[in-house]
Amino acid sequence: MSTMSLSVGPQHPGSGHFRLQLKIKGDIIVDVDPDAGYVHRGEEKMCEYRDLIQNIPHLERPVILDSMGVLYPYVMACEDLLGLEVPERAMYIRVAMAEINRIISHLYWLGIYGIFLGHSTMFMWPMGDREPFIDLAQLASGARVTFAYMVPGGVRNDVPDSFESQALKAVKYLEGRLKEYDRIFFSNPLFLGRTKGVGVLTKRDAISLGAVGPTLRGSGVRSDIRISEPYDVYDELEFDIPVLDEGDSYSRAMVAFLEMKESLKIIKQAVEKMPKGPVRLKMRGQVRLPAGEAYSRAEAARGTMSYYIVSDAGKYPYRIKISPPSFRNLPTIPFLLKGARLADMPVIYWGINYWPVEADR
Amino acid sequence: MSEPIENFSDFLKKILQIVMWVLIFLPIVIFPLILIGETYLPTKISTLMANPDPEAIFALLDSDLFRVAVFPGFTFAATFAAFIGLWERKLLAKMQMRVGPLYAGKYAGILQPIADLLKLMSKEIITPRGVDKPFFWAVPLVTTAIAVSLLAVIPLSETSVIARTDVGVLIIFAILSFFPIAALMAGWASNSKYSLIGALRALHQMVAYEIPMILAILGVVILSGSMNLLEIVSVQENVWFLFLLPIGAIVFFITALAELERVPFDLPEAESEIVTGWLTEYSGMLFGVILGIAVYIKFYAFAALFTVFFLGGWIGPSFIPGEFWFILKTFIVITLMIIPRGVFPRIRIDIMLRAGWAKLLMLSLVNIFLALVIIELGILPVR
Repeated sequence: MSTMSLSVGPQHPGSGHFRLQLKIKGDIIVDVDPDAGYVHRGEEKMCEYRDLIQNIPHLERPVILDSMGVLYPYVMACEDLLGLEVPERAMYIRVAMAEINRIISHLYWLGIYGIFLGHSTMFMWPMGDREPFIDLAQLASGARVTFAYMVPGGVRNDVPDSFESQALKAVKYLEGRLKEYDRIFFSNPLFLGRTKGVGVLTKRDAISLGAVGPTLRGSGVRSDIRISEPYDVYDELEFDIPVLDEGDSYSRAMVAFLEMKESLKIIKQAVEKMPKGPVRLKMRGQVRLPAGEAYSRAEAARGTMSYYIVSDAGKYPYRIKISPPSFRNLPTIPFLLKGARLADMPVIYWGINYWPVEADR
Repeated sequence: MSEPIENFSDFLKKILQIVMWVLIFLPIVIFPLILIGETYLPTKISTLMANPDPEAIFALLDSDLFRVAVFPGFTFAATFAAFIGLWERKLLAKMQMRVGPLYAGKYAGILQPIADLLKLMSKEIITPRGVDKPFFWAVPLVTTAIAVSLLAVIPLSETSVIARTDVGVLIIFAILSFFPIAALMAGWASNSKYSLIGALRALHQMVAYEIPMILAILGVVILSGSMNLLEIVSVQENVWFLFLLPIGAIVFFITALAELERVPFDLPEAESEIVTGWLTEYSGMLFGVILGIAVYIKFYAFAALFTVFFLGGWIGPSFIPGEFWFILKTFIVITLMIIPRGVFPRIRIDIMLRAGWAKLLMLSLVNIFLALVIIELGILPVR
């Protein structure tokens, strides 16, 4: 049987800003050539022409769904260089907002995962259930996406008084909805048939390919920056890291699903424990970074997000290097797709939670 | 002189071409000629306009042309199909906590099918480069013709039926086997890899699920002792076959979902893998004809067949005409067929084929066995 080459993307309902050059033999994929780079914006170069506050809005553009997660390590690296002590209330607000953003991002991912599997209800429900959390973010930051809420030295502004009650309401709502997701989707026999044993990434392969985030945890590696190198107030909160050992598409989906439950726990604790006080250190208009270098990483929704900043005490940073989780998960896609069926392509591809804009940055 | 056939694909092409010309020629030219010749319709209509005579009007309502074109036939089915489309969207919206179509029409987007039709009609029909034009343009016609021809044997009541034939079930089997050809024609003519993969999937799926479906109906044929659909319904006067042959009903229901390419068996149209499958290259009204008319008339026809075979057709309390009961039952079956779309994800082709060839085939054989047991025990007298 001869092979047929099939170009999936960039104009394809199941590809995003990305292209997979497949070679298929019958129903089996024999060769994969991922073609990234359609949405490269030169974020790292742009950072060299802006000061550290001006960098905030454009740095969150690659991942508009998870703008807290993508900014977290940048802000921490800046604070590291500047030697700032963040006020405690600001830390709690950051953690709460980061987890709210993780839920927004995971629900979006779940919605697309549902429609990639042909489950239209699982597309509509999570998309609708993002709403309370987007409202919550709007309450805190004034924006529904790309909050630009984090600044070196704290957060941009304090949350209103109603934030706590609204957050608890949203948490309670989603707790109930997650049970329904479980009933209609995650314990659906057809879903189990589609995902169990599909795209198996063993622990060894996951580590050697450099996977991060839910992809790595779905392969049985207990790796999470929030636990291993706790930043801000994560060490004062009680939560669990879901880890599943199978390494197939099902366990990757399940890890992301269980993570939402843990995020709800964190939000609940963070808003309840939140002390009173200032939320931002006073900084003069244009702050120059002192000469030196700083490296920082945080757990964004898709995995470990890290920044490396070099400064020569000039007006702008000398060099900023971004290492996004999607880029680090990219090698797993061709690895898993080789030998898979064409029908499993969307399941594996989106199960990795690859976000082309983030990887191209 | 025709060119010599060199390879298999040329051979298939030849055959498909002949089939296509027959399929186009029959419904467009020959059938209308026969019908008009039979009833002398133009003269009749002008007479009626000059001298409106109630009896002549009733005679017209009773004519074959009226049946084919209006009531149990095309117009009724097409309207019903448009309504199914709207009902599907509203029901799915309810399941997914949305509102669905809302703005077209005064109440609940009731005019949405018309709005959709106008939109599709206003769109450009794109014929991509490299398509096999005659085939490409014939597919909407062929799919519609095949779907509509199913309507001929479906009896809405003892009187509202187009073809009173003793081989109704055989006709249905014969028509069913045309659907994969239409899908394959589309996939081939479109000059697109997605279309081709979708068409091959449709082919596999329809062939695999046709056989359990035929065997499931065989149980009904054994019990009723007839292949006449009118007879099959009248046998169910006391007890519906749904209660005698529940396994057969389930098998028929599942295979109907697969034949209709509905969720969870919508892999020929799997959006995230192969765009829209064999419909990928169609645009504008060509797409509208295939999806809006052919696919939904087929949907109606299968629900109606389920009603005929298992739910006792038009049988119901007799103070309301039988057509009403038939339409009500069909509507309920359609609703049941829509619900999986909100509940299930798409199934994979290998799982589906295994289920079709192994499990459903076994079940339909068990169903035939049950039918024979019922006959043997004398629960239903042999006719």
